[in-house]
Order: sequence, then C-alpha cells, then structure tokens
Amino acid sequence: MAESILKEETFRVGETELRVLKGGQGKPLLVLHGEMGFPGWLQWEEAMAKKRTLWIPLHPGFGKTPMASWIMNVRDLGAFYSRFIREQKLTPVDVIGFSLGGWLAAEMAAANSGQFGKMILVGATGLRPPTGEIMDMFTVTARGYVNANVLDSQHNPEFAKLFGGEQTPEQYEAWEEARAETARIAWAPYMYTQSMSELLANVAGLPTLILWGKQDPVVPLSAGEMYHQKIVGSKLVTFDNCGHMPAVEKPAEFIKAVESFLD
Amino acid sequence: MHIMWFTERAYHYLPEEEVLKRRSFFGVPNTFFDAEKGAKLLNQYLDEKIYSDELGFDGVMLNEHHGTPFCMGAVMDVEAAVLARATKRVKIVLLGNPIPTVANPLRLAEELAMIDMISGGRLVPGWVRGAGSEQLANNANPAYNREYFDEAHDLIMAAWTKPGPFRWEGKHFHYRFVNPWVLPLQKPHPPIWIPGLISPETVKWCAAHKYPYVALATMLKPTLEMWDLYTNEAAAHGYQAGPENFGYLQPIFVHETEEKADELGRNFLFGGGFANFARPEWMFPPGYNSKEATRRLASLYANPNLPGKTLVPRHLHSMNDIAAIKKAVYDNYDTAKESLQIITGTPKSVMPKLRHVLEVLRPGIFSFWLDGPAPRADRMTCLRLLGTEVLPAVREIGKELGLADPFQVAPGSRPLAASGRPERVGSPRALGAN
Repeated sequence: MAESILKEETFRVGETELRVLKGGQGKPLLVLHGEMGFPGWLQWEEAMAKKRTLWIPLHPGFGKTPMASWIMNVRDLGAFYSRFIREQKLTPVDVIGFSLGGWLAAEMAAANSGQFGKMILVGATGLRPPTGEIMDMFTVTARGYVNANVLDSQHNPEFAKLFGGEQTPEQYEAWEEARAETARIAWAPYMYTQSMSELLANVAGLPTLILWGKQDPVVPLSAGEMYHQKIVGSKLVTFDNCGHMPAVEKPAEFIKAVESFLD
Repeated sequence: MHIMWFTERAYHYLPEEEVLKRRSFFGVPNTFFDAEKGAKLLNQYLDEKIYSDELGFDGVMLNEHHGTPFCMGAVMDVEAAVLARATKRVKIVLLGNPIPTVANPLRLAEELAMIDMISGGRLVPGWVRGAGSEQLANNANPAYNREYFDEAHDLIMAAWTKPGPFRWEGKHFHYRFVNPWVLPLQKPHPPIWIPGLISPETVKWCAAHKYPYVALATMLKPTLEMWDLYTNEAAAHGYQAGPENFGYLQPIFVHETEEKADELGRNFLFGGGFANFARPEWMFPPGYNSKEATRRLASLYANPNLPGKTLVPRHLHSMNDIAAIKKAVYDNYDTAKESLQIITGTPKSVMPKLRHVLEVLRPGIFSFWLDGPAPRADRMTCLRLLGTEVLPAVREIGKELGLADPFQVAPGSRPLAASGRPERVGSPRALGAN
C-alpha cells in the first residue's frame, strides 16, 4: 500500500484553528472520524482518493485541533462543522462518518439535510439500540476498546498496520485526548441522542447508505436497522463476519459498497 | 498541633482473592456484601470515633468512597451527622466530600450546615475531586471533573456566605433560588481543609485559597516538594505559609508488643492496599487527568499521584497467579516500613519514627491512620495506646517544634518577609539525616 498522500491544512472556524487532512482529486468527500480519533491511512482512502478529494477534519479536542470549551455535545460539534463546510463553500458535500462520526453526520443531516449531497453512516452511534447496548468505551482501557472493535485483532494486517505492536507514548496520549473529548460530548446518555429516532424524519430525501458489520460488538446491528427504518429511502448494507470496523475488516467489500453508492 | 484519628470503614469479610484476582477493590460484586455484618462494622467504627473523643483526640477524620468494599462510608455526611450529636469535643473533619460527583451541591451545603449546627460548630469540611472510580460510580463526567469541582466549590461558599435569595447561572449548575435556611454556625463559614495525593494543581489551588493541605500518607520526599510548591504559591499570594497550612496522614499500628503491632501492620496490605494496583481503566477515566498528568503517564504507566514505586510490580498486573500476586504484595511490607509508609511498634518504639516524620514535614495537622482487617479488640487496643501514650508524646513534640495548627494560627495570616522570599516550612535536612 502506498504512503499517505494526505496533507495537513489549517482552517479557522470561529475561534478555533481546525486541522484538516486533505488529499486526492475530484469532488470533495467529507470524512468524519470516530471516537478514537483518525486512525490513519487505509486501503479505502487510497482507493477513494483517486476519484475524490478527501477532507478529513480532526475534531476539536482530539489532540491536534484545540478543544473548544463551548462544544459540549454532538449537536454542538455538528453546528461547528456546518459552519466549516458552509464557509469553505463545500455544501452540499458528500459525507462519510464512522461510529461517533456517523452520529455527527446524522445530527447534521437531521438539522439541515440540504448541507449534504449523499451520506454514508458506518457503524454509527447516536441511536439507542432497540436491542443490545452500545459497548462502553469508558470502563475499559483505550487499547482494550480498540481491540474489541474488530472481531479478530490478532490476524488482520490492516488493523496491525494501524494499531499493532507496543503502545507508544504518542499513541497513549492521542487516545487519552480522544477519550476525554468523547466523554465531554457523549458521556450520558452514552453515545446517543434521546430524540434521534424522531429527528431522523428530517433526513428523508437525502441519499443515505448505512454500512454495518453483522457481528458489530460495539454498536449492535439493531441500531443500523433502526437508522435504515427511520431514514426513508436509505439503503442498508451489512458485512458478514465483520465487527465495528468494516473499512479495516472487509476492505474490498467496503470499497465496493462506497464506490457504487457515490458514483 | 491538631491531632486526629482516621480509618476507612472497610468491609472486612471479603475473601482477599476476590480483590487480588481483579487487582482492584472497585468492581468487586456487592453480592459479597452481608448487610448484617456490615451494619455491625459500621457501628463499631462509630464507637471507635466516639471513644477517640473520650481519649482526647482533637479531631476525627472521615472520608468517602463509592462502590468499594474498601470504604463503607459512601455517604460520609451521614456518619458525620451521628458524630455531631454523639461526640462532645472533637472536630469532625471531612476529607473530603467529592464535590464533582455531587449532582446537587446546594443540598450538600445544607447537609454540612446542619452538621455544623448540630455539632455546635465543630465541622471542618473538605473537598476532593474524587478518585477516578468515584466518577464511574456516580456517573459524573470525568472530563468536567475540574470544572465541576471549581463551580461546586464556588456555589457552596456563596450559599454559605452570600445573602439569599439569589440566582446561580453557571456552566454546569443552575439554580433559580439559592436561599438555604440552614447556615453553618461557624462564621463566615467552617474552616476548610483539603486532602490530596500530591497533585500539583490541587496544591497550588489550596495555597491560593489559604486552605491547609493534608497529604494522605504520601512518600516524604515528594511531600516536601509539594510543601515547597505550596509555600512559593502562598508567597505569590502575599503570605508566608506555616505548619498551619500543612497536614499529614500517617499509617500506624501500635500494640503491647512489637510482634502484635507487626501483625496489624501487615493487615494494612490486605488486597494490595489502597490504590496500589492502580487499574488504569478505573483509576484514570477519560479526561480525569490533566494533560500534564497524562503526559507523565504516557511514559510511566503508574499512578501519577503516588510518586515512588507502587507496592505491586508492574508485571504482576497482567498475571493470573493469585498466590504470586499475594506474595509480591506482602514481600513489600519491609520496604513500606523502611520508607515509613507504615509505622508499627509499641507506644515507645514508634516515637523516634514519628519524631522523624514530624521533623521533616513540620505539619500543624497530623492524623493517625489504622486500617486492614483486625479483630475489634486489637483495634481498640491500638486506639487506646495511641490516645493515652502516643498522642501526648506527639503533642509535646509539636510544642517543641512549634507546629501551630490552623486553630492557633489562621492559615494565611503570617506576613511575608520584606524580601518577598518565603521561608521553607518542611526540613529536607531532617529527611537527609535519616
């Protein structure tokens, strides 16, 4: 796999200096990372960068972009990004959100679906699952949580590339920053908005793809099915033998699903 | 010198293996709890506090933990209320209420005011951030721990001192009607002391507020460093710190014979002792540590609040051989005694060690700490000997060393030298002499 082509740029959003990783060519694709921060350059990004310019903002408080103390919930963070994409004249932009980033995309879409062209939610938090519970990342270590995201953390080359080997001090710090900011915005109720199932009525008409690992141990598939049911016209694609990180665990199928939806 | 007595109110009928195999007291299922036994123990602990009032201690110290067999004092103010009525003379020192975990700080202000009134003005409240596990047990967002702490503190102080009714529109707390009709007897408010495990942020905050800082059985050298930090910060706020600004908690086990005292001392390590395992997912919930503390942790995977080595070697955290873990814990007993983290002996033999601690730290507040599973009779013997023999001797040393307590010299009332340079309170020289 090639080295990352992403370059870091800084954009001012209100008082915040937002760091954004950018790279690729073509129409912009906004990538919203999850609760453990931007994991790194993956196969699907390499594939997408051939057709799309990836805009990967690093959420405030996750280390590189400074924390914004007024952002106290995911809706606040959504408002922050609405301002960002409006001021950068990206709207309507296609968006893909992973886990917490999926919740963020859903909040933004519910507030104003017109700011997006197409939306992809990957193992999104944000809804209270009708059955099962969202795995609590705050009663385990960062390492324990990351390992529990995938069905097999020992024999996956993509996962090993991102998270393998001894934990470095830099990785520890970055994960602790990510955990702290996620706690600030998603501590209780844990990882969802009480009213989300109702808010999603406002997403109707937005082309939406919902991607889920069938055995997702973090956000039960029942939440994916509920997203599908509540977002009228959405499409649900599931991956068998797959946990919470289909982009890592099933890269080929994942790329195929994303490409065919965005093309 | 203000001399107190302290014990966690542990539930002592727990198989030690249940703690060791989890490497944590927090998280042991409460199916192991027998309320009949717990009730007897809680009353025993109250009896001990009442007895220490009769023995002539100046204060009884309480603390609070949640969801752990290590301390049944989950609502310390309930015990304090009982003692307010049942004791005659002792100060009731609460070190401390974990205010970031309290959803309604105004109610806490009312509880404490009632305790102060019932006790006839003998309350000394204190505030803590609460250990990491307390945030989980109370579902208090650890990422806002400092903010909750600061705002709850300001709200309680305002509730006690600012004429009501008034509104409170803060970041985290919101009240349309602050007007408590129970107010502390002590004016303008009860004296406030703050306990800690040497977090520099807390030490500086105490100095800025002129609150005495009570170090909880920390190693002597880093404790002295914190004394210096406090003293320098105090100077920046225009005053000279003195012994009245500092307190120390000393684990100590006294009995008629060395052997018996040693047996009690060993019990202190039951289950690994408090915090020695420092299981990270419960000790350090998200955002609980400052960035600086996280940075320290990134290279040193240990409790940043406990400088020096923990009693349990790191590699044992991941092993499953309970017997080996237990051996590692108790093998460290002699080391703990050498560093005076534990003092044991007869009333006579403990005195040189206590003198050393007092000469090094020069605290105006001093508390004995007895813990670990032990028969009631042995605990009472220890307490009796502490009260009748050790306490008077410690009081004499305090006089000799000029260790004023906060009731003799108001913290923050000593003028700073004209040069603006503060005098050191502790004695590194005495530490070196050991």
